[in-house]
Amino acid sequence: MSSPTVPEVSLETAPYRSAAPVVQLDDVGVRYRVPLERYGSFKEYMIRRLQGRVDYHELWALDSVSLAVHEGEVFGVVGRNGAGKSTLLKVISRVLRPTRGRVRVWGHVAPLLELGAGFHSELTGRENVFLNGALLGHMQAEIARKFEEILEFADLEAFIDAPLRTFSSGMVARLGFAVATAWDPDLLILDEVLAVGDEAFQQKCHHRIQSFQHKGATVVLVSHNLGQIVALCQRAMWLDHGAVRAEGEPSAVVARYRESQQA
Amino acid sequence: MSSARAKPYYDSVRSQWKAMDELVQVIRYRDLLWQLVRRDVLTRYKRSVLGVVWTMLNPLGMMIVLSVAFSQLFSATRAYPAYVLSGIVAWTFFAQTTTSSMIQMVWGSALLNRIYLPRSIFVTSAIGTGLVNLGLSLIPLALVMVATGVPLRATILFLPVSVALLTMFSLGVALLLSTLAVYFPDVAEMYQIGLTAWMYLTPIIYPEEILPQAARPWILGLNPMYHLISMFRLPLYEGSLPSLGEFALAAGVAALALLIGWFAFTEKMDEFAYRA
Repeated sequence: MSSPTVPEVSLETAPYRSAAPVVQLDDVGVRYRVPLERYGSFKEYMIRRLQGRVDYHELWALDSVSLAVHEGEVFGVVGRNGAGKSTLLKVISRVLRPTRGRVRVWGHVAPLLELGAGFHSELTGRENVFLNGALLGHMQAEIARKFEEILEFADLEAFIDAPLRTFSSGMVARLGFAVATAWDPDLLILDEVLAVGDEAFQQKCHHRIQSFQHKGATVVLVSHNLGQIVALCQRAMWLDHGAVRAEGEPSAVVARYRESQQA
Repeated sequence: MSSARAKPYYDSVRSQWKAMDELVQVIRYRDLLWQLVRRDVLTRYKRSVLGVVWTMLNPLGMMIVLSVAFSQLFSATRAYPAYVLSGIVAWTFFAQTTTSSMIQMVWGSALLNRIYLPRSIFVTSAIGTGLVNLGLSLIPLALVMVATGVPLRATILFLPVSVALLTMFSLGVALLLSTLAVYFPDVAEMYQIGLTAWMYLTPIIYPEEILPQAARPWILGLNPMYHLISMFRLPLYEGSLPSLGEFALAAGVAALALLIGWFAFTEKMDEFAYRA
């Protein structure tokens, strides 16, 4: 299809080219159609629709994005707000089915986008672990098997049978992280490197993410912290208005991105 | 290289069988279904002293109010409290499950936009919660039947079939309404008014004999809820089994609603995330 968006920079890093892809996007486009006017009611909409007068503003949140992230790679995504970074993560974590193109993922995905999404404040910590585990697609028995480990990691043994509303926000976040990372994922999706709990717990989080990498997990990381992208990633991509502007060696991509920001 | 590899876990190019795929996903997420039902049942009355007992007291309270208000008027109806309650229990299941499915689709869509879940999971879990509540409200119903002298006959064994049919119908309507509500949030409000009208058009608090003979084929014949509630009333209150014709009609309506709802929902579900 139309491809006015050939990356300006393409500096492929050698070692990962031979590894098998874990995520592959082929010419992916995501189109949002925003009605130009708001239709307050069903009746109004139907009348307009029949008259053929429903006008949309078309917005391509992602436009012809092709991408392959290989096994064991840490892949960074940079770009301004509204550039399509979150949409990219949604497409990979199958929340959004692309309007065009094809997304394929090989392996179990752990989305660390929303820790503790779906926690219920009236349920106890224990009940929430089971609910949250199930939301992440795990079976009851698997969660029971991992339960002690989750508890130990979150360091919440003393409070686990109290309702979640009595937990501090840091405690909730710790529990969320512990559940989300209790299973070794093949692909870890991170929206900003986590700032969860106190410093000691953050250290623990980073260790866990690193240990996933050592075990061969692939990481897709979105961050506004450009230093982090350069330090952590083997490859990076710069998204702008839904299109890939540059892809390749992180420091080169980040340099290009910085230049454009200052211009 | 990639073409030679094993099938991907996830491929955005979906098969032709959306309806079938979604069913497979719901079955795969069955433990979540159970967790959501558990959450809804437990948290509904979490802070009240009586807790789940309220699920039984609610229909009972409504029955008492209606009995006080109408038993003089409908004194010809034998064991009026049992008559009313057998209808209310079925109607409440339908009204609650359809309403809560729709609300969960509109307000609960935040979760569907963050992590992957089968799109129909909140609708199916609302039905599951309704089934637990229905099961619990059968206890006061049995007590009222005994108290008002309605004999518990063996026809009560037909009840699982009645529940299955009502579940199919409610699920179908819930899916259809949820699909609409994602596009038009006002549908949720309109439905509440429609539901009230529908309830008064269905012989729940009044005996069907008070309807004029000429109007019955229209008001009763064309009302799917009349046929489904009959599946409850006949074996419980009348102590008889439905005729084959009555059963076929109720089963046909239930199956049709479920098919339409499921296909409409699964056809449109990929667009939901674009709407939020």
